[in-house]
Amino acid sequence: MSAFRVEVRVMPRAALLDPQGQAVEHALHALGFGEVARVRMGKHLVLEVKAASRDEALARARAMCDRLLANPVTEDYELAVEGGAAR
Amino acid sequence: MKRVAVIVFPGSNCDAETLAAAQAAGSDGYFVWHRDTDLRQADVVILPGGFSYGDYLRSGAIARFSKVMGAVTEHARAGGAVLGICNGFQILCEAGLLPGGLMRNAGLRFLSRPVWVRVEQTDTPFTCLYDKGEVLEVPVAHGDGRYVVEPRTAAELEATDRVVWRYVRDNPNGSTHEIAGVTNASRNVVGIMPHPERRDAPALGGQDGARVFHSMEARHATQHAVDVRAVDDRHLRV
Repeated sequence: MSAFRVEVRVMPRAALLDPQGQAVEHALHALGFGEVARVRMGKHLVLEVKAASRDEALARARAMCDRLLANPVTEDYELAVEGGAAR
Repeated sequence: MKRVAVIVFPGSNCDAETLAAAQAAGSDGYFVWHRDTDLRQADVVILPGGFSYGDYLRSGAIARFSKVMGAVTEHARAGGAVLGICNGFQILCEAGLLPGGLMRNAGLRFLSRPVWVRVEQTDTPFTCLYDKGEVLEVPVAHGDGRYVVEPRTAAELEATDRVVWRYVRDNPNGSTHEIAGVTNASRNVVGIMPHPERRDAPALGGQDGARVFHSMEARHATQHAVDVRAVDDRHLRV
């Protein structure tokens, strides 16, 4: 077993209104950052996972997202894994 | 007299009013703690409003895995009546007992004010004493009240008459199709964002919400299974 650091990025579905992202976008514009065309806001979770391999860590994290960490109706997620031996 | 179980989660804060509203309507109401697995022969289960588990992760996301939800799901699958109010609606969506999900209000502000809803369906255990098309004044109190479903599901909800309450005059939170409440395919599970328990007596500013609770009592215990089948037959033909 090795320890893996799994980063989970959960974002509101692209087609759905993201009022928090819009509010941040407006605030950036008000501060003079006119170059910002769009802001979308989500969640970033960092998990420490014990697993036999990188693939297993990834598969377990995917199961966690499907069951709890992301809502398939309203959100999409992406995973990134770091750590383990032989890297 | 119906046995009405009001589920209490850590962070529920409308449980007492909801129980009082059910009792005022003549029900034999009682609390069931979220760690219990026995609904004690409930005819009706109500998931009350509040902020279960502090709304951490997503509203309802953690409550949906609490121990009692296994029994609630079993009760719902067997055709038993289930009502989710506000946070209860969010929990039912997270549990997959109702379609869709509830996201941050389009205007970002927490809304705590009266809204107006039109009763769209009266063949559910919680709306059978209303008239179709009747407009009710009931309060909302939510930050995550924007009902979201995929367009295909929204079309299906409309085609199968599953939108129970719809916001009129304005759409306070940006909900898809102005949806304020929905029911499942077998019409025994209902979720609504407004709080009928906060408008069930003149002293509370109105009693437009009272018939949600009186409706539970109006339905005969044996009527339910037949109703569900009749409704399903109708929808199979659609």
